[in-house]
Amino acid sequence: MSSTGINDSGMDEIRVIFETECNDGLDVIEAGLLALEGGDDNLDTVNDIFRGAHSIKGGAATFGYTNIAEFTHVMETLLDKVRAEELAVSPPLVKIFLESVDCLRAMVETMGGGSYDEEKTEKVKVELESWLDKVPNSESPVAAIEPGSDTESAMKAPESRCWKINFVPKNSFLLNGNQPQYIFRALAELGKVSLKPNYSNLPPFKEYKPEEMYISWEIELEANVDKAQILEEFDWVESECLVEVNEEKRPQIENYDRRAEDSRSADSSSGRRKQSRRGAKKDSGSIRVDIDKIDSLLNLVGEMVINQSMLNNQFNNSSNSEEAFASSNVELEQSLSLLERTTRELQEAVMKIRMLPVSTTFNRYPRLVYDLSSKLDKHVELKITGENTELDKTVLEKIGDPLLHLIRNSLDHGIESPEQRIAAGKDETGTIHLSASHEGGSVMIRVSDDGAGLNTKKILKKAIEKGLVSKDDTPSEQQIHDLVFHAGFSTAEVVTDVSGRGVGMDVVRNNIEEIGGRVDVHSEAGKGSTFQITLPLTLAILDGQLIQVGGEVYVIPLLSIVETVQVNMDRINVISGSGIIYRLRGEAIPVVDMRKLYNITGADALDSYEGKQLVIVESERRSIGLVVDGLLDQHQVVIKSLETNFIKVPGILGATILGDGTVSLIIDVTTLSAPISNDKTNRLEH
Amino acid sequence: MSDNEKTQEELNQYLTFVLDNEEYGVPILSVRGIQGWEKTTPLPNSPDYVMGIINLRGEVVPIVDLRKRFDLEVIPYGAHTVVIVVRIEQENKQRTVGLVVDAVADVHDINDEDMRKTPEFGEKMRNEFVRGLGLIDEKMVIILEIDELVDWQKVPGGDQVLSTKETTEDETENELVATEAA
Repeated sequence: MSSTGINDSGMDEIRVIFETECNDGLDVIEAGLLALEGGDDNLDTVNDIFRGAHSIKGGAATFGYTNIAEFTHVMETLLDKVRAEELAVSPPLVKIFLESVDCLRAMVETMGGGSYDEEKTEKVKVELESWLDKVPNSESPVAAIEPGSDTESAMKAPESRCWKINFVPKNSFLLNGNQPQYIFRALAELGKVSLKPNYSNLPPFKEYKPEEMYISWEIELEANVDKAQILEEFDWVESECLVEVNEEKRPQIENYDRRAEDSRSADSSSGRRKQSRRGAKKDSGSIRVDIDKIDSLLNLVGEMVINQSMLNNQFNNSSNSEEAFASSNVELEQSLSLLERTTRELQEAVMKIRMLPVSTTFNRYPRLVYDLSSKLDKHVELKITGENTELDKTVLEKIGDPLLHLIRNSLDHGIESPEQRIAAGKDETGTIHLSASHEGGSVMIRVSDDGAGLNTKKILKKAIEKGLVSKDDTPSEQQIHDLVFHAGFSTAEVVTDVSGRGVGMDVVRNNIEEIGGRVDVHSEAGKGSTFQITLPLTLAILDGQLIQVGGEVYVIPLLSIVETVQVNMDRINVISGSGIIYRLRGEAIPVVDMRKLYNITGADALDSYEGKQLVIVESERRSIGLVVDGLLDQHQVVIKSLETNFIKVPGILGATILGDGTVSLIIDVTTLSAPISNDKTNRLEH
Repeated sequence: MSDNEKTQEELNQYLTFVLDNEEYGVPILSVRGIQGWEKTTPLPNSPDYVMGIINLRGEVVPIVDLRKRFDLEVIPYGAHTVVIVVRIEQENKQRTVGLVVDAVADVHDINDEDMRKTPEFGEKMRNEFVRGLGLIDEKMVIILEIDELVDWQKVPGGDQVLSTKETTEDETENELVATEAA
């Protein structure tokens, strides 16, 4: 690798920032390219892409990542041709640009160490260069994008200006790692540069210190820029040099090049700013927080401080006399309710800090759809709505892969081939709709397609083959649809490398249930299917139903409770070897005795169930009945991880501290569905 | 006294406690507090020496019965029974754990020269828990290696633990009469 890079550990932090910026820039480029591919011929889009590449190049050059800078330079030059409409946007061109983005991503990822596929990168670079060769050097644009109004205004090349810059670096210029050549290079991007060095300050050789700077320059710059833009290039070294910029009137001839250079430099700074405002990258330990959110936190803390002094005051007053005590009691109550409100608001504000828009995850998918649809020879459009819906960062990170699976699945199995679609009287292009919205206390994410829908017959046949359903069963349509979430189930006739290995849907379900969510499928033959994911807003708090078993209080997540019934002994059946069954509206629900499951006192005989409550919970699409002694309140509980000081305990989601200060365990409903199958059967019997 | 000397002195200080008529010590810098025994919330599917969890100023802290941990005879908890809350470090992670002991004894200075290597203890106690023996006048204190004391990483999976846990079904009784260890 030719890159010198930033290796010093002190620079690590800067590298991380640069890396984030690069990734943001690459996201912009990728989104822009995909828009171009989708038929967007707006010049702004090309400009966005160009700006993205330009800032990456600039940053890479500054930090010494020559490999990235060189690569981006080729990209940028080619993009410039697209901007100048010398090169038409075509699918193969977008493809090679997307490949370049992949290469750049790999390079950016390995900035901190490691290696990337240099061979492939070189190949892509050569291909980019070969595209450059295809561009004729004449001024007349080759088959270009439709010239819009934007382009026409850009065609009117403004007069060029000639600047004289007197650049006198201080002696200490080099000590801070500044390099005059970087500035010259940056200026060269603005226009034509000619340098005249001045050696008059050079000391005699004996007094010469190699670490000091003795040369100054007279720079002539021919470019259509204003003074501020030139000074901007000297921003970095402002304190380390003297710069004088004067304009000389002189007409210019080379119209064409300047126009491109001009808008480029004007855009670059604002583009950079825009990108840095974008959301934080996935999987990063840090989080970018909107300043408004922090301000509201500060306000609330301020309110709390005032509240506290109010309480102090009232306490002091109340101790003065009997009467004061009586009157202050009312005030005290008011203050306390105020404090309560502030605390609740503070809690909500803190939670909001962890919230990120789902677009941070959704942004990955247009590329996926692009890649897959070309691989599968299908025409697919991805529609995204509600990307500003906010979700807890942890939830967001964990939802990425399940969504990827679902979209992949819709593309591979849902959307038909163009021929099939035409035959079915549908539009040749299929649509996958990815949407997010708030619904009640949860967030809904839906992946719907207008494809063929789930093939119930095929699923049922497969299920019978695999012994998941017995031949004589007549499951309902919905029950058949739910089978796709079963482990080891795949209906793809041909196992493709896109999907169809029979892992996937069950993993999707498990991942989603792990974060306290659930997934449902609705499908209509010939019209398409919708996968609906319901997610909790946050992982830190949940709505819980407090229950009592033995002397202990446990919490069951409210989201997983279907209903609660009083135990009727007539409906209980004991099936030897597999446990207890409760019959409810024609359904046989396996019963789990909380006492036995959690080793609580007095694991009594069956007949003690009479009069107790049976809490029906749903997990992994199965209903399970939990026998509990009594139902208590419903509360929002703050989840405390057991792993902080202990280890993960099977069957326990975490602990919470109740109003009276005692600790209560939160039941992990997802682990309850296993007991009927294997190990926990023994538990029921021992 | 300069700060440096102070820390050095604190480094050699140990809080000692009694367990089955034997005196044990833990580095005083790792002690976060001492409190009386209170009812814990029992944890299912955990080793039998874990009595449960408590709320310690908003933190959920597991409580370990040291008698059970050392396979000593289990006695009922009484008026002197205390919980010593210590900070342990495992895999660069700080964890807080409460240790149930018979009674707190004293604070002792034990210099390095008064520390002895651990002899073989045989069956009574496993050596990995012991850092060394501290000599105080004629007395001997067993200095514990608290980071090893509760190595949660070595705790086997819950399901296996469960099968050995049948005898602890009666959790409420633990408050007064700790049951026999499995």
